[in-house]
Amino acid sequence: MSGPNLLRLSEHIVEIVSDAGEGAQKAAISFAQVCAKAGNGLWTVEIIPSEIQPPPHTTGSASGNRIRLAQRSAVSNAGDLANVVFAFNEMALLSRLEAGSIADDALILIDNQWATHNMEAYQNSYRKVLEMVRSRGGTVMEIPLEAETLRYVEDPRRGKNMFAVGLLCALYNKNLETLKEVIQAVFKKKTRDVVDSAIKLASAGYQYGLTNFETRFDVPALPTDTQKVAMNGNTALAIGAVAAGFDLCSMYPITPATSASHVLSEIFEDFGGFVHQAEDEIAAIGVALGASFAGKTALTITSGPGMALKTEFQGLAVMTEIPLVIVDVQRGGPSTGLPTKIEQGDLLHALFGAPGDAPKVIMAASTIEECYYILSTARKIAEEFRMLVIVLSDANLATGQQLFDRPGVSKTPHQQPLDLSPVGEDALYYNWDSVTGLSQRIIPGQPGGMGVITSLNHDRDGKACYDSERNQRAHKMRSRKLAALQKSLHAPELHGAEEGDLLLVGWGSTRGAIEEAVDKARDEGLAVSSVCIQFLSPLPPGLKEIFSRFRKVITVELNYSDDLDDPLITPENRRYGQLAMILRASTLHDIDCYAEVPGRPFMPVEIYGEIQRQLNTGSTAKQPTTATANPIGN
Amino acid sequence: MSNIIEDCLEETCAISAHPISDYESELPRWCKGCGDFGVLTSLQRVLGKNNVDPENVVAVSGIGCSSRLPHYLNTYGFHGIHGRALPIATGVRIARPELKVIVTMGDGDCFSIGGNHWLHAIRYNINAVVLVLDNEVYALTKMQVSPTTPGGWQTNTTPRGNELRPMNPVSAVVGMTNVSFVAQTATWLPAHLDETMEKAWEHKGLSFVRILQRCPVFMPTAFGDGGANFPIVFLENENGIPINPVLLKRGPSQPHDHGNINEAQRVAATVDPAPMGLIYHNPDIPTYEEARFGRRSRPDHETFVRRLDEVMDRYAV
Repeated sequence: MSGPNLLRLSEHIVEIVSDAGEGAQKAAISFAQVCAKAGNGLWTVEIIPSEIQPPPHTTGSASGNRIRLAQRSAVSNAGDLANVVFAFNEMALLSRLEAGSIADDALILIDNQWATHNMEAYQNSYRKVLEMVRSRGGTVMEIPLEAETLRYVEDPRRGKNMFAVGLLCALYNKNLETLKEVIQAVFKKKTRDVVDSAIKLASAGYQYGLTNFETRFDVPALPTDTQKVAMNGNTALAIGAVAAGFDLCSMYPITPATSASHVLSEIFEDFGGFVHQAEDEIAAIGVALGASFAGKTALTITSGPGMALKTEFQGLAVMTEIPLVIVDVQRGGPSTGLPTKIEQGDLLHALFGAPGDAPKVIMAASTIEECYYILSTARKIAEEFRMLVIVLSDANLATGQQLFDRPGVSKTPHQQPLDLSPVGEDALYYNWDSVTGLSQRIIPGQPGGMGVITSLNHDRDGKACYDSERNQRAHKMRSRKLAALQKSLHAPELHGAEEGDLLLVGWGSTRGAIEEAVDKARDEGLAVSSVCIQFLSPLPPGLKEIFSRFRKVITVELNYSDDLDDPLITPENRRYGQLAMILRASTLHDIDCYAEVPGRPFMPVEIYGEIQRQLNTGSTAKQPTTATANPIGN
Repeated sequence: MSNIIEDCLEETCAISAHPISDYESELPRWCKGCGDFGVLTSLQRVLGKNNVDPENVVAVSGIGCSSRLPHYLNTYGFHGIHGRALPIATGVRIARPELKVIVTMGDGDCFSIGGNHWLHAIRYNINAVVLVLDNEVYALTKMQVSPTTPGGWQTNTTPRGNELRPMNPVSAVVGMTNVSFVAQTATWLPAHLDETMEKAWEHKGLSFVRILQRCPVFMPTAFGDGGANFPIVFLENENGIPINPVLLKRGPSQPHDHGNINEAQRVAATVDPAPMGLIYHNPDIPTYEEARFGRRSRPDHETFVRRLDEVMDRYAV
């Protein structure tokens, strides 16, 4: 079944884009499933417009996915520039060119209906975009996508995505039978007719590909004997919440966090859990806090604007020492910002959002696999330390898919019934250990434990008090718990050598891209290492010592920092990336930052470029942005 | 024989019954003459009368004078943040439906900053006694206009008189979907307050009670000098709030069908005279717990693990 030329590759990046509603997402998911079933490692990124039905045939309407597939099963990030793009129209393609995500020599597959479309404007823009692609060195293959699809269905909008996925499977030498299985699973809620028609179209696309591609690609999966799962970060968080033994998820819809609650709404009740959709973000955290006060394990899931609304209750959780977990799936900010796109912009808000001194634990998931496990850790810390734990994820983890080792469920801890044993007369609401600040909590229903917990300052007995001494003590005890937790943390492990010329410090989902860039630089002999910080509050021990072993230390973050080359910006007034700000304050180390807000994940190649700039001391100028001039004009 | 049984019963009750003192904690720190005292006593009475174990009661409040009430009640309590008592109470009910929940709020607390939670709590119909201690003013922050401050009244933020008409919270509540219990009473009518509290306690669902009470410091002339010259009418129904004949000196009574939502809305919309008693009651509205807990079941450990494995199967490649 091999075509005339089968080009063996270690990995490839494919993007599939269409107008919103034309099914590129479904095509991409199906293609990713086929790759996963073949054993390929992968990482997918959703390309999502902010509106449900944006105006068609515009760059703002582009919807689809990027899929990075590899021979190795461990793929840690979305990769560099795309090698293949399947675009349903030229404006969707243009949006990706403008986003700077397509390699100059990429293979572009595009529906040729626009070449002869009765709207002259479409003909013109189609011609111009293709000229642009060719002038960059790209290869264009015009596909009669609409025409071919019309041979099988009346409404090509419903079906050309299946033709496309069939064609891609042929291009990547995948098995047609696997694709058929995947289609049956993807459309399992649809009628027989829909499934049959989808399979017919996919087979036709596959056949078209076999006949027409002169060169096809092969990314054979390396054999593995471990079972794998493929899911996105929000799904991993949701199932992880179940596995961690949470009883309640209280939420309010917000992009890009909500899909975690969709999964929980589907499965949670089978595990005795409960999803409460509250009237607003404030009530969502309030209900979670109330449930936790009553002794159950609760979490709330939100994103930036929701975090803003939850700050008052965060302060209450800190003040009353009620265990609580908040998941913040970060998106672009400030305000409504970029709802569907990635940013790591909430770190300082998580740390300092609540008024007064409100010490809390902040953790960040750095892979989709970690999204699954992180809530178990968060829950344990919240309960043992009677603390608020904020778990930071982001849009990249939330909507991307990754292949990882199937988590074992046999070690799931037993759910313990509530301890409602009587409380002695001398029991205190905050019986702080004077060294660690830790105390045992009392929950409603325990005879003899009656009393009030209050948002006012209070002493060990829980009663409100206003004097200086007891205010100072209460602050000290709440803060001390962070130090106690910090003592139990290990110094983070370095990726690369223990010392060198440059250390990249990252947190959250940038980890994979940073490590890939470091590997590439080390292969070329550069003395670069990286470290990923999982605990942002408290910071792990040993950072200062680690930093001292490198000539230069920079953070790599997807949040805003001033560029020293910008007008008015000086070393004195420059605003740094958020982790850089924290690390500079806590270590007094002169840490630089590579902190940008592209609204998409960093590509390893960009970080590699930054490594070169940092090590080439003569030049600090950044490379020009990758955006391409719009050939259509505005 | 019957006497002996009665004596025995009395004795048994006396042994297990909680005296009022079981519900008393520290001495309240409200201003002299504040209506909050009366509400506290009335609550303690109803707890005692129903012989409720104090450890199984949770009193939740927001911020304001009336929200200090949980401090003075010897039950579990959560003195939270301004306007947010109802979300906390909802969380407690969802987590531990076996616990009795009492919510106390002020007029600014509930109707203004907590307005969204207020209306949606009515819609959820959680099983809780929700008391709004309405003195028509922000008192703890020292006399600012509240949503229920009468038009023309001077406060520190309306020095030339309140330009707005007061809102009618009872009417708003009766207009809300899933409303199941709405009553109005006043602290200057202690017998009526006690009976209302008892009725609210018995109801399964959210019992919304607006309690009129004057602030002796910042609004001493409110409610016709604390009820002395305040036109009211008692709502009469054999299943409603009993009207002690002595009360009729304060105002007349009129028959009212509290089971009829249209009647209830008409009566609730009336402010002069203010209706006192059970305005609306529908015990058949499902509580949030009843509506939502149907599918929820806590499986044993083996089933839990098996189900988790099945969920994982869906994502296996």
